[in-house]
Amino acid sequence: MGEKVLMKGNEAIGEAAIRSGCRHFFGYPITPQTELSAYMAKKMPKIGGVFLQAESELAAINMVYGAASAGVRTMTSSSSPGISLKAEGISYIAAADLPCVIVNIVRGGPGLGGIQPAQSDYFQATRGGGHGDYHLIVLAPNSVQELVYLTADAFNLSEEYRIPVMLLGDGTLGQMMEPVDFDSIPEPVYAEKPWATNGTDNKREKNVIKTLYLDAPELEAVVMEREKKYDIVKQELQRYDAHDTEDADVIISSYGITSRVVETAVQILREEGIKVGVIRPITLWPFPEKAYKQVHPKAFLSVEMSTGQMIEDIKLACECSAPVYFCGRTGGVIPTPDEVVQKVKDILKEVG
Amino acid sequence: MKYKIQIFSGHFGSGKTEVALNFAMNQKKLGKKVTIVDFDIVNPYFRTNDAKNVLTENGIKLIANDYASTNLDMPTVPLNILSVFEEDSVVIFDVGGDDDGALALGQYKQYFDKYGYEMHLVVNTKRPLTESCEDLLEIAQRIEKASRLTFTDIYNNTNLSVLTDEKTLFSDYGEIEKLSQKMGIIIKKNCGIEAALGNVPEKLKDTVFKMNIFIPKPWEIQ
Repeated sequence: MGEKVLMKGNEAIGEAAIRSGCRHFFGYPITPQTELSAYMAKKMPKIGGVFLQAESELAAINMVYGAASAGVRTMTSSSSPGISLKAEGISYIAAADLPCVIVNIVRGGPGLGGIQPAQSDYFQATRGGGHGDYHLIVLAPNSVQELVYLTADAFNLSEEYRIPVMLLGDGTLGQMMEPVDFDSIPEPVYAEKPWATNGTDNKREKNVIKTLYLDAPELEAVVMEREKKYDIVKQELQRYDAHDTEDADVIISSYGITSRVVETAVQILREEGIKVGVIRPITLWPFPEKAYKQVHPKAFLSVEMSTGQMIEDIKLACECSAPVYFCGRTGGVIPTPDEVVQKVKDILKEVG
Repeated sequence: MKYKIQIFSGHFGSGKTEVALNFAMNQKKLGKKVTIVDFDIVNPYFRTNDAKNVLTENGIKLIANDYASTNLDMPTVPLNILSVFEEDSVVIFDVGGDDDGALALGQYKQYFDKYGYEMHLVVNTKRPLTESCEDLLEIAQRIEKASRLTFTDIYNNTNLSVLTDEKTLFSDYGEIEKLSQKMGIIIKKNCGIEAALGNVPEKLKDTVFKMNIFIPKPWEIQ
C-alpha cells in the first residue's frame, strides 16, 4: 500500500489518467467537474503532456476524435449539458472504433438543470447518448479510490475493445475529498494500434479513419461486426459488487455515490433484523445481468438520484422474477439513509 | 485574540471551512457573539453555508451569498457583507477558492486595515500540490497578492479525512516549520479530530486545536 493523499474526486481522475499514460486532455469547464480540467492544466505542461481548453464542448470532443485517431491515450470531461453537446462527436468516435475516455460528472437536469449532484444521465450513458447503433462501456465508481482504479481500467478497456469508455460520476463524487493511493492502480496495458493515423513513414499503406459509408450493405456489415464485439463485451465485462444477497427479502441496487447511502441504510436494517442485500453495478453497460439470475428475493429496490432510470435494466436482468420498486430523489437532491430504510419497510408490508 | 476579524484562507481542500466552523463554535462557547462569513465565490459544494443548521442552532450568525448551495453558479459576494465591520462580535471569514477566491477580498482592504485582522494560513500537507514548503509558500504568496492582505500565522490541519491517525498531523511537520521560518510567522495551531491528537509532542500541547466535523458526507447519519 502506497502513501495516501487526500484528494477531490475530480483531481484524482486527473492524476489517475496521467499515471495511465494519458498525455492529451481536451476540456471545457463546467461545474461540478472543473477541478479536473484545472488539475490537468497545472500538471500536463510539467510532464510534457497537452492540456487544451477548447472553445466549446464540440471542439473538445472532436480534438479527442483526432487524438484517438492518432493512437494516443486521450480524455475529455464534462458534466451533463456538456455531454449532450459532445454526443455527436462521441457517436463518431464509437463509429470509428476509437479508444478514448469520456468523464461525465453528472448534475441535475434536464436542460441547464442545476449544479448539484444527480444520476439522471443513466439513459444517456447506457443507451449510447448519440445517434446510431453503438454503445459505450460505462463505469460507475462509488469512492474516490475506486474512481482512481476505474480511470486506469477505462484506458485499458478502451484500447482492448476499441470502444470509448465513459466514467460516470456525480457532483458529490467529483467534489468530495477522500484519502487515495495510486500505487495499487492497474498498470497501463497498451494495445497494438495498426489502424492509427500516426504517419506511414513511407513503409505502409495509409490508414483512414472514417464513419461515412457510401454503400448501405457495407455500413450494415460494419455495424453488425461491431455488434459482435458488443456481445463479447457483454459476456466478459459485467462487473458488480454484491453482499448479503443469499437470505435477502429485498435486494437493493444502486450505483455510484448513492450506493454509499444504501450501505448505511443496509447496516441500519440488518441491525433491526430485516434481511436486505445489495447488488451494486460497477459496469452500467454492460449491465451486470448475471448477478440478478442467481438471487431470489421477494422484491428488488432501485435507489437512484433520478426518477428511476435503472429500473428497466433491473427488470430485464431479473426477468421480472420479483417486483422492482424505486426510491430516489432527483434534480440535485441526495436521498438519505432514512428514506431508504423507510422504503424497504414499506415494501416488506406489501410483499410480506 | 488581538482583533475581532479572523480570516481563514489556504489552498482549496486544506480544510479551511471545518477549521473556521470549529473556531466559530469555540468562540461561541467562550460566550462571545460570533458571525461567520461564507466567502467562497468559487466552490458550489462543501462550504460554510452547508452548516447553516448547526450554526443557527448555536446562535452563530451566518453571512452568505443568497445563492450559496443553490443551483446558481455565480461568483458573487454576500450582499450585507459590509455590516460585519461595524458589528461588536467576532467575525470569521472563510475564504475559499485559492487566490481566485481571495481576489474578491481585496476590495475590503480599507476596512481590514481600519479595524485590523488576523489571517490564518490553513495547510494540509496530505493534499497534492501542497506537500512541500515551496508549494505552500507559492499558494500563500498568491493569496496574499490577490487579497492584498498578509498572513499572520499558520494552522496546521494535515489530515487524511477518515483515515487520519496520530501519525498524520505531524507527518510532514518539517515542511511546515520551514514554511513558518520563511514566512516569518508562527505555527499557531495544530488541528485535528480526536484520532489525530493521540501523540502530540509535549512542547506542542498548547497548540492543539481539537476539531469536530460539521459538514457530513451524504451517507453519514447526523
